[in-house]
Amino acid sequence: MNAKAEILDETGVRRALVRIAHEILEKNQGLADVVLVGLRSRGDHLARRLAAFLFEIEGTAVPVGVMDVTLYRDDLAHASLWPRVQRTEIPFSVEGRTVVLVDDVLFTGRSVRAALDSLMDFGRPRSIQLAVLIDRGHRELPIRADFVGKNVPTARRELVQVLLLETDGVDRVAIAAGEAER
Amino acid sequence: MTAWARKDLLGIEELEPGEILEILDTARTMKEISTREIKKVPVLRGKTVVNLFFEASTRTRVSFEIAEKRLSADSVNVSTSGSSVSKGETLLDTARNLEAMRPDIIVVRHGSPGTPHLLARRLACSVINAGDGAHEHPTQALLDAFTIRERLGRIDGLTVGIFGDIAHSRVARSNIHALRKLGARVLVGGPPTMIPPGIETLGAEVVTRLDEMLPALDVLIVLRIQIERQGGLLFPSAREYAALFGLGRERLLLARPELLVMHPGPINRGLEIAPEVADGSSSLIIDQVTNGVAVRMAVLYLISGAHRGAAAADAVRGAA
Repeated sequence: MNAKAEILDETGVRRALVRIAHEILEKNQGLADVVLVGLRSRGDHLARRLAAFLFEIEGTAVPVGVMDVTLYRDDLAHASLWPRVQRTEIPFSVEGRTVVLVDDVLFTGRSVRAALDSLMDFGRPRSIQLAVLIDRGHRELPIRADFVGKNVPTARRELVQVLLLETDGVDRVAIAAGEAER
Repeated sequence: MTAWARKDLLGIEELEPGEILEILDTARTMKEISTREIKKVPVLRGKTVVNLFFEASTRTRVSFEIAEKRLSADSVNVSTSGSSVSKGETLLDTARNLEAMRPDIIVVRHGSPGTPHLLARRLACSVINAGDGAHEHPTQALLDAFTIRERLGRIDGLTVGIFGDIAHSRVARSNIHALRKLGARVLVGGPPTMIPPGIETLGAEVVTRLDEMLPALDVLIVLRIQIERQGGLLFPSAREYAALFGLGRERLLLARPELLVMHPGPINRGLEIAPEVADGSSSLIIDQVTNGVAVRMAVLYLISGAHRGAAAADAVRGAA
């Protein structure tokens, strides 16, 4: 990868998530029936962090699930590599709940489309909201986020790299020139 | 990216340990799908799978069919009775005709060893071996390995016994390969007439008597006495087999209390296994059936990826 420009550092990631936590509370007027579902492989960690902030702010433990959307993707036939499928774990009913999907980067919207289809197979939520750390534009589907950590205008070929403590040992979001991978 | 690059699954013998683990790991993911209210994911939408069974089978065929449907593939069942095979068509003609209808995967069971290999060489679509004579039954060995690993957390370092009609058993052969590759010690035993000479070359140790084998075991796989496959009976009577070689409650006392008992089914109650053992707390027989679906979903998923990759590579070569 080429030279990277840093978009968010550790403090920036934390502030963005804390703000999103407050916005989730404000929009839903509390946490009644709110559940979080993180999309692998980094949205799951962000969802757990959001749940921790929500607990700090409200004192309420929000259920957190994890979803792998591989089996619902529309681009498998074109993918150069056949992805390894990881487990989906949603150990609670989504029926009638407000589900906040959590992902690291919103780009084409295709992962979110897959996540919506997958979630519908688990039940009928009352509503589904979307929280992302980075919105980098270039949507290919009519999908938008309800909560955005940071809007980052990018060129299509640029690469947005999200590193998290849990998986990469550091919290950092950077942008680099290169082949877009998402 | 997955560690699977094969177009076909023909046997366990040719697999690397990493490929077996890839299937077992994928199966763990697939198992969750069967616990959902809507037990279906769209990943194989638009794929056609033909289940071509030249031998009687309920469990394996239904298990494959359910696995295919849970992945949204369209599946078609062909069995020999009622097909043109009973009108004298050769195997290859049947297969070529089926292929002309453009299936993506053919799941085949046949009484002759090597049938799936023959089809895999001649056909462009993927082939999965669902049992070829006394040669291999790879998905059974995979589901057995999955079940052991799920219960005990590992296979490496375990001692697994396989007891019964080893000579006629494709399950035994595939299991010996799978368990050895994953690091288990494998003991095989049964009536001397049912132990094929040279089985040690597969890496198994022969311990003829069940009583002698039992104390060493973490897991015992009891094989079915295949009455329908016996040319001439290899043992004098059913009662004598049960008394000398059957796994009953008294004999179980020779084993460690935590011994796990498995059986590929269908079981002959009171012959190779007593009902109170088959239904007892050490039995994993029903888990095996549940896990069979997950393992077959994993195989179908991985094979589909490899096949598509191969087709894409061909297209690139063709264009170059």
